[in-house]
Amino acid sequence: MFKYAVWIIFALALLLLPQVFSSLLGISILSQMTIAIVFALSYNMLLGQGGMLSFGHAVYFGLGGFMAVHALLGIEEGDYFFSVTLIPLVGGLFGLLAAIFIGSFSTHKAGTVFAMISLGVGELIAASSLILVSFFGGEAGVSGDRTYGPTFFGYDFAQHLEVYYLAAAWMFVATLAMYLFTQTPAGRMANAVRDNPERAEFIGYSARRVRLISFVMAGFFAGIAGGLFAVNYEILTEQNLNAATSGNVLLMAYIGGLGFFIGPIVGAVVLTLVNSVLSHYTDLWMLYLGIMFVLTVMFLPSGLTGFLMMHRTPWHLGKMHLLVKPYILTAIPGAVFALSLLAMVEMAHSFETELVFLGATLNSDGIMSWTLLMAIALVAYVALRRSLPRLREAWAQANAIDRGDQS
Amino acid sequence: MFEVLIFATLNGLVTGLLLFMLASGLTLIFSMMGVLNFAHASFYMLGAYFAYSISLYTGFWPALILAPVLVGVLGALIERYGLRRVHKSGHVAELVFTFGLAFLIEETVQFFWGRATKDYRSPDILDFPLFTLFGQNFPAYKAFMIFISIAIFIALYFVLTRTRIGIIIQAAITHPHTVGNLGHNVPMIFMAVFGVGTGLAGLAGVIAGPVLTTFPGMAVVLGSIVFVIVVIGGLGSLAGALVASLLIGLLQSYAIASDVGMPDLLNWLGVSFERDHPLNDIWRLTLPQIAPILPYLLLVLVLIFRPSGLFGKRES
Repeated sequence: MFKYAVWIIFALALLLLPQVFSSLLGISILSQMTIAIVFALSYNMLLGQGGMLSFGHAVYFGLGGFMAVHALLGIEEGDYFFSVTLIPLVGGLFGLLAAIFIGSFSTHKAGTVFAMISLGVGELIAASSLILVSFFGGEAGVSGDRTYGPTFFGYDFAQHLEVYYLAAAWMFVATLAMYLFTQTPAGRMANAVRDNPERAEFIGYSARRVRLISFVMAGFFAGIAGGLFAVNYEILTEQNLNAATSGNVLLMAYIGGLGFFIGPIVGAVVLTLVNSVLSHYTDLWMLYLGIMFVLTVMFLPSGLTGFLMMHRTPWHLGKMHLLVKPYILTAIPGAVFALSLLAMVEMAHSFETELVFLGATLNSDGIMSWTLLMAIALVAYVALRRSLPRLREAWAQANAIDRGDQS
Repeated sequence: MFEVLIFATLNGLVTGLLLFMLASGLTLIFSMMGVLNFAHASFYMLGAYFAYSISLYTGFWPALILAPVLVGVLGALIERYGLRRVHKSGHVAELVFTFGLAFLIEETVQFFWGRATKDYRSPDILDFPLFTLFGQNFPAYKAFMIFISIAIFIALYFVLTRTRIGIIIQAAITHPHTVGNLGHNVPMIFMAVFGVGTGLAGLAGVIAGPVLTTFPGMAVVLGSIVFVIVVIGGLGSLAGALVASLLIGLLQSYAIASDVGMPDLLNWLGVSFERDHPLNDIWRLTLPQIAPILPYLLLVLVLIFRPSGLFGKRES
């Protein structure tokens, strides 16, 4: 029962979210999230479930997207006659075709060889996209218009809200399909090949073929994400298939957590939020993103979801209450420390003498502001150093199985 | 024709040897730790920026020594406090870490030095044409670049094969546990190799900065090419890195200097297409146009047909 409840709540949330965040910005961020979720989930089919580290996943996203824009143009000129609602499928199928072709030679090996081929193919296609102007449109890209063609029950998708619902519907279906794929024998074998290709071969599976299936499916769903992007933004450029986009999807999946199906969803939501909200307040947001990424890899190797899932044992043991106080005692100095560092970074970057940081007016030329912030940072750091051992102790206690519990 | 060939060769040699300075460190680090350092070209960029800032106070020559040392120390610190921590989470985590590091270094450089191109110039002493051939000048600075790169190659080769430290390093590549049991501090060796490798990348940045311009995107421009070289040459092979660097340098240089393309090929075959043919873009490609993608094409071909690279012994 719980399994179905999760999906129903998920669908309801998708339906209701635009009512809560009904501003134009809110809807645009929501649409961006749905696209990012499909893309990040498709990436995790490779890295998380199949153990294939790809540095060129944007290729399938971009190729699918470009094909989708061409399909939009075809509808506009009357060459094809089908509803815009099917455009993501066009992108998906083209992503699938591209993945079959590229996967046929890149999935022989996993590991470094695969990673390098994906990097090479990614650079190859990104560079070719500037040369092959008739398909990729060169620097300017290709743009279309989603409002042509037959209407879908009276909707012509001129409104952003309508596009959101279209994207959300496709995202729901794609997420469900990708989840169900993990439950199929092909999905389970992908895990087996990731963990031990040799053993998988011994029980009669071709590791290469298993990888190819995952790869092709990942290409298909990345293409769907690209198609959704085409419908939402009505333009695709070289930037949508270059290394930066490939890196971004890796970031999303990794920060969210590779080991869990829901991980990339969390990553996509968090990063889209961070990107659009943070870039609103500071032009240093890319720097913060980089710091966040490196810190995640160093301290939370299983990502945000992995961090939450670490609490399963204390939860089942009924010992969560042991962690509450140490968490608060660590989080407060931690947050103060991070914020004071942030304030200093912003002060160093700012050209104006006065800047407002979280309601406080700072003077970036004055010694007072600097000394004060450094003192705060120092105190917070000392407090953090003192509270960390206690947190570690509490963590060990919360995870320990007492004699009484074992019975 | 002949003069084009000579200058293309010289320029290819300059680029190739420069690429080798980056590739040698990368391949050494890979063969020791099994980590493909995505941030390697970022250290090259740091070298150029450090040298620019130092040269503002002291001039070029002290910067030539100081900047690579600083980059090397920074690299060693990152290995000690970053990479070593990530090492327990496995290879993917390490790759992803260096990937994030590359991103972070680029942003940090923009934070300190801004987005604009820096006016980092070669020293006045080397600012003269070394020789003039067919009316074209060959700058002395490029000869200096060739000289430094070759000197580094010889020094590296000598240290690795003729000294005690080199022998220990070579042994640590294949048998780290045995070397550890013999009483050598293997993590320390790893840190030192990482430091020297990134220092070499920094040196490449110092001497390339004035020629290839010093801007925040310079790491991205070279980053993936260096990867291509290391893979084509064979992961962990120093000789392979040299051959592949020269190969890529010359290949790109010749392709840019040439003036042939698909139209010539089609003419020769006696085929012609209408201008509105769907593949028109392909029929009108020229070699200089596709020069930037040649290395990647080569990479994909090598990985398909010889995954261990030209000189490599192992695949991953």
